[in-house]
Amino acid sequence: MSSDSHAPHIVGYGKLIAVWLGLLFFTGLTVWVSRQQTGIGHVWGSLAISVVKSGLVITFYMHMRHEGWLLRSLLFVALLTLAIFIGFTFFDVLYR
Amino acid sequence: MTSAAQFSPATSSFWNDTGKSGITSWVFSTDHKRIGLLYLYSVLTFFLIAVSLGALLRIELMAPGRTIMGPQTYNAVFTVHGVLMIFLFIIPGFPGAFGNLIMPIQIGARDVAFPRLNLFSWWLYIAGAAIIVTSLFTGGGPPDTGWTFYVPFSERTGTNVSLAVFGVFIVGFSSILTGVNFVTTIHRLRAEGMRWGRLPLFVWSVYATAWVQILATPILGITLVLILAERVLGTGLFDPTKGGDPLMYQHLFWIYSHPAVYIMILPGMGVISDIIPVFARKPIFGYKMIAFSSLAIAGAGSLVWGHHMFTSGMSDNAVLIFSFLTFVVAIPSAIKVFNWVSTLYRGSISLEAPMLFALSFILLFSIGGLAGLILGAAATDIHVHDTQFVVGHFHYVIFGGAGFAFFGAMHYWLPKFYGRRYHERTAVIAWALLFVGFNITYFSMMVLGMEGMPRRYYDYLPEFAPLNLVSTIGSWIMISGLILMMVNLFRGLFRGEAIGQNPWGGATLEWSVPTPPPTENFIEEPVVTHGPYDFKGAGIP
Amino acid sequence: MTQPTHKDYAGAKLGMWLFLFSEMLLFGGLFLLYGVYLARYPQEFTTASRHMHLFFGTLNTAILITSSMLVAMALTAIQRNQRRLTLWLLGGTIFCAAVFMFNKYLEWSDEFGRGIYPNSPKLAAGPPGESVFYGLYYLTVGLHGLHVLVGGTVLTVVAVRVWRGDVHAGDYIWLENGALYWHLVDLFWIFIFPLYYLVL
Repeated sequence: MSSDSHAPHIVGYGKLIAVWLGLLFFTGLTVWVSRQQTGIGHVWGSLAISVVKSGLVITFYMHMRHEGWLLRSLLFVALLTLAIFIGFTFFDVLYR
Repeated sequence: MTSAAQFSPATSSFWNDTGKSGITSWVFSTDHKRIGLLYLYSVLTFFLIAVSLGALLRIELMAPGRTIMGPQTYNAVFTVHGVLMIFLFIIPGFPGAFGNLIMPIQIGARDVAFPRLNLFSWWLYIAGAAIIVTSLFTGGGPPDTGWTFYVPFSERTGTNVSLAVFGVFIVGFSSILTGVNFVTTIHRLRAEGMRWGRLPLFVWSVYATAWVQILATPILGITLVLILAERVLGTGLFDPTKGGDPLMYQHLFWIYSHPAVYIMILPGMGVISDIIPVFARKPIFGYKMIAFSSLAIAGAGSLVWGHHMFTSGMSDNAVLIFSFLTFVVAIPSAIKVFNWVSTLYRGSISLEAPMLFALSFILLFSIGGLAGLILGAAATDIHVHDTQFVVGHFHYVIFGGAGFAFFGAMHYWLPKFYGRRYHERTAVIAWALLFVGFNITYFSMMVLGMEGMPRRYYDYLPEFAPLNLVSTIGSWIMISGLILMMVNLFRGLFRGEAIGQNPWGGATLEWSVPTPPPTENFIEEPVVTHGPYDFKGAGIP
Repeated sequence: MTQPTHKDYAGAKLGMWLFLFSEMLLFGGLFLLYGVYLARYPQEFTTASRHMHLFFGTLNTAILITSSMLVAMALTAIQRNQRRLTLWLLGGTIFCAAVFMFNKYLEWSDEFGRGIYPNSPKLAAGPPGESVFYGLYYLTVGLHGLHVLVGGTVLTVVAVRVWRGDVHAGDYIWLENGALYWHLVDLFWIFIFPLYYLVL
């Protein structure tokens, strides 16, 4: 059993604001990217930016940086499951 | 619960040691044992209703043409039979009843991680069940879609599908919260010395089940929301005239409902893994592989939903891939069967009621599982898809598997919580009736399916009549066994012979506490020094 | 009955995360449908997306990101035992949630006014792909809006508990779990925004 250590990880206000600025920057970037004539490719671009943004939120705002291996690996399992559910459906949709 | 309230065990236990009594001490209790019994009685109520409906279906099919009901009633009865059995009995049954009763004690905990959430889960279950029952008597009458609620029919039928679907949604939410509670409990509340390698196999199976509950049930939730949106708002996401695709409904539905089959069967497998070593007086063979295969079944079982759609118009590539993956799931299931059989090898087997249920589980589950491979192979599936063969197959797996395991668990564990036990010889007779009747009922169905009788049809051709009659007679034998079993079991629990702390000689922790257990389970914090099937280490001959 | 007095802090957080996983899969079903229908109707999705209010979408994105920062700061504040500041920050978060919902109301009213709503005659007359796009849009954003309401309610309860002193520097699991839920609501929007407003 992992130890029930109650050592809080306090994230400073400065860092939270820095992440906020980063998130705002990426929001602007994603709007800008969508204005470019890159065809359907910018859906992937927007999604990539969204992944980066959610990575920032999870890592810093949701304190995943300070969590142990357990929560990290469980998060990975959950995301992998979702990816499989979506991905395997395309076995049907793409080849119908 | 009135009969339970009158019952008074001699010793101080969770029945009386809180000093509270009456109905509120049950329905607002946060004690996992009381909640487990609440679940047990609730799911058994719905089970018995659903059994009666199943018996009516069999009587209707006894002879061609109208026997006792009209076609619309028939459609409603098989729908309600399925909805009650699946969503109100077997899915909540195992985690809710035995997961609650047994799992915390087996890991050496006083209660689950979130006792109040646990109570809330039960209330949600009851609320959802009440809504489902209401849907039968209001609106346009009971749903007639089958338990799968397939579009487009479920969008258009005038029966009370919306309310039933909403009820199932609530029950699903209850299932998610139970899953969250159990995963947290198993991670956080294991007693000192209860390493992962010492968890009883029932706990492993509850753990794997809880993950399926957390990750698959929300997909059912959103699917049901989508049906409601189709019916109420007319969003048209599954309606081809509005650009939707009905097959997407089947994808979403089976993304949940295939893994849900493992919610039903995995805890049953765990029960069997706990019963067999005790009645063979041998440590389980291949502990690690059985534990691992529970997780493997939960994982691989989430990849195979497409095998329900081979004839629905899915792409050929998808048919091949899902067919292949279906065969992969057979591997961990077979690992379990081989390990159980190896445990029996040269064991000192005593054929008492729990063991008889366990042994018949192995046989019936194997038949059902192999029949599943016939359905999972794309080529043979086209022949038997949507025939009585499918009905036979899943009753072999879910009733012969999960159901028999549930009965085995009732015989094995319930005496522990009542301090009294059933009459052994009567239990064996009941088991024999159940087993014989079961095979007559459902094997006939598999043969009928092979001969081409479709499922869910109200009427059939004359050449199917003899076997249908056989199947119906089998159902009567089965039901007489079931009634005998229930009467004997519950009569024994309240009036039977008193039992000691460890009547079966088990080595898991629940047998180390008093019978019935006190409210906090353990008189002093347990320290675990031996494995769950290490009879020598536990000092049991 | 002696309930265990010590609180299992890590256990409570693990439970919250497990619930968040469940929520992710709930929205996952809608994202799955989105992916499938985008693959089928790329042209119609692009056309439909052009008629969305990019201004409202972007503004609401910024509002949710800000609210996410505020609630993260509230956690830092309670850890540093700054109770008044915590309450202000939580208030700011709830205010952001309210503004978000108000914007949503303005946006939807306008769209309804233009005849765009599920099963509307205008959508029925148009190409099927656009009808699917708007059907998904209303469901996804509606479900998200419901989560904003729930999150706002949860944070209000947390704020009351902070104000009463039940949640403090020694025991702030309520605030932490409430914040986790709110971040998840933000996360969903981070994906909803480009998928519905920016498929130009």
